[in-house]
Amino acid sequence: MKFARDTWLIFQRQFLLLVRQPVWLFVGIFQPVMYLLLFAPLLKPALQASSNAEAYRIFVPGLLVLLAIFGGLFQGFGLIAELRAGVIERSRVTPVSRLALLLGRSLRDVVSLIAQAIIITVLALAFGLSVFIGDLLLAYLMLALIALMTSALSYGIALVVKSEDALAPLMNTIAQPVLLLSGILLPLNFAPGWLQGIADWNPFSWAVDGARALFAGDLGNDAVWQGLSVMAVITALAVVWAAREFARSVR
Amino acid sequence: MIETKGLRKSFRSRQGREKKSVDAVRGVDLVVAEGEIFGFLGPNGAGKTTTLRMLATLIEPDGGEANIAGVDLRTNPAEVRRRIGYVAQGGSTWDESTAREELVLHARMYGLGKAEAQRRAVRALDAFQLTEYADRKCKTYSGGQRRRVDIALGIIHEPKIVFLDEPTTGLDPQSRAHMWDEIRRLRAEGMTVFITTHYLDEADALCDRIAIMDHGEVVAEGTPAELKREISGDVVLVAIEGSAEDAGKVLETESYVTKLETSDEGALRLYVNDGARDMPQILRALDGAGIALSSIELHRPSLDDVFLTKTGRSLRES
Ligand SMILES: Nc1ncnc2c1ncn2[C@@H]1O[C@H](COP(=O)(O)OP(=O)(O)OP(=O)(O)O)[C@@H](O)[C@H]1O
Ligand SMILES: [Mg+2]
Repeated sequence: MKFARDTWLIFQRQFLLLVRQPVWLFVGIFQPVMYLLLFAPLLKPALQASSNAEAYRIFVPGLLVLLAIFGGLFQGFGLIAELRAGVIERSRVTPVSRLALLLGRSLRDVVSLIAQAIIITVLALAFGLSVFIGDLLLAYLMLALIALMTSALSYGIALVVKSEDALAPLMNTIAQPVLLLSGILLPLNFAPGWLQGIADWNPFSWAVDGARALFAGDLGNDAVWQGLSVMAVITALAVVWAAREFARSVR
Repeated sequence: MIETKGLRKSFRSRQGREKKSVDAVRGVDLVVAEGEIFGFLGPNGAGKTTTLRMLATLIEPDGGEANIAGVDLRTNPAEVRRRIGYVAQGGSTWDESTAREELVLHARMYGLGKAEAQRRAVRALDAFQLTEYADRKCKTYSGGQRRRVDIALGIIHEPKIVFLDEPTTGLDPQSRAHMWDEIRRLRAEGMTVFITTHYLDEADALCDRIAIMDHGEVVAEGTPAELKREISGDVVLVAIEGSAEDAGKVLETESYVTKLETSDEGALRLYVNDGARDMPQILRALDGAGIALSSIELHRPSLDDVFLTKTGRSLRES
């Protein structure tokens, strides 16, 4: 009860601060829309898809997972600014739940990601994508888990390194292989065996496979539950670890 | 209200390749009584903030114990948090939110309901003369206004004890005087106030009792008057036109001079029992030796003298 209330308090404040930064809203919407518009003409030939609708079924879930990963991973920068402002220390002297300090922030990130995802989906629908609402909601659940995980990781790492100078290269180092080896932008169907072997060890490639199956309307596909389970487990671990960092002494 | 025994903390930090360990606080014993303004006086790096952060549950002590408002710090930090307020040396507000929002949120983080939190925010804004700016973003505040918000945040839940880390650093003299009044008001309301400072006059005028800290240790503790009384006698500062050494030789032999030092600026510090009586004799002795002096000053013992006798350094110089 107290935990839920605390989380809501932190979430509200974080959300308010986000809304007061219209630049972020603008960037958050503008970027994915550009991806969609600029990649659109290339999709059909590049993916050797039979129709635009099929091309979007492959591309859109990948794009959404990409946004979830990147959107989450870079949230740590905001936290470092908060550390510097003394806001975190001020929170830590109150009896507020430490898990709430993390979750309030991460849930804000999840909400803003889902808002982005809805905008992109609606646009893609206009371009010829078609998807069942139930499948779509499950895909959003997958995205929410990813955003929760990556933002929690990012917050945890930010609390450990405490400086933008260390966080930036770290996040890039994490994001790059994750991105290249998950088949996010292009499926790995045509990749050589060794590359696929590596990709199997990339949890996000499970997430992308699951999301693609959902967008294809293939709810019974094993990739769906496998992707969701892999994400759920890693997310839980990330959240527990990051909340511990909030509880531990900072500085 | 607060009792500590042997509180210790060292930090491991990396300097290039080699790892170094800094003993920030090395065994602090303190007793702070209920309803007093207790001051921690010490130069930069003395360990004031580190001690405060330990008492405020922000960092775990390496050793020692502390009892705060009747609760053991080591075994029940969560309960300590409920009973104390803490205002950090740096700021504590978001740039993009207003003082009112901050106060309401902070009160709610202490578990207060929405309506009560809003009532308290109004009262705190009024008490700290912030009502006029209450709904402006914190980034538009002056340093003094922002500091007042910080302190209002620290006491919004009406704690028994509030820790204020350098509440007046960076304020102009007028804002400082205001802040002192506000801190005295907290005491009048029955709060125990624990402040840190490196201003001698602040420790002297504002604090009921002080502890002087240096290199992680408390070197003296008591009321400002008690501490000054410990330093027997007055100090006469004599600046000489020519060689201070010659003048020193002359004055050394005078019977009423209990101790003689040469300060870094080349002036002589004479410790005497009664400055007003002995000053004419000093003048006469120097005159007799044909030594011209450029200035002579009488100092009643100050907290700086206390610091000087305890550490061998002046707080002004460090
Ligand atoms: N996180 C840390 N890591 C390493 N060393 C630290 C850390 N925090 C403090 N120190 C060191 O501990 C010592 C005491 O620092 P502290 O901040 O307690 O001093 P202070 O008395 O508050 O000084 P000031 O008047 O400048 O605020 C200093 O030498 C400081 O460099
Ligand atoms: Mg300090």
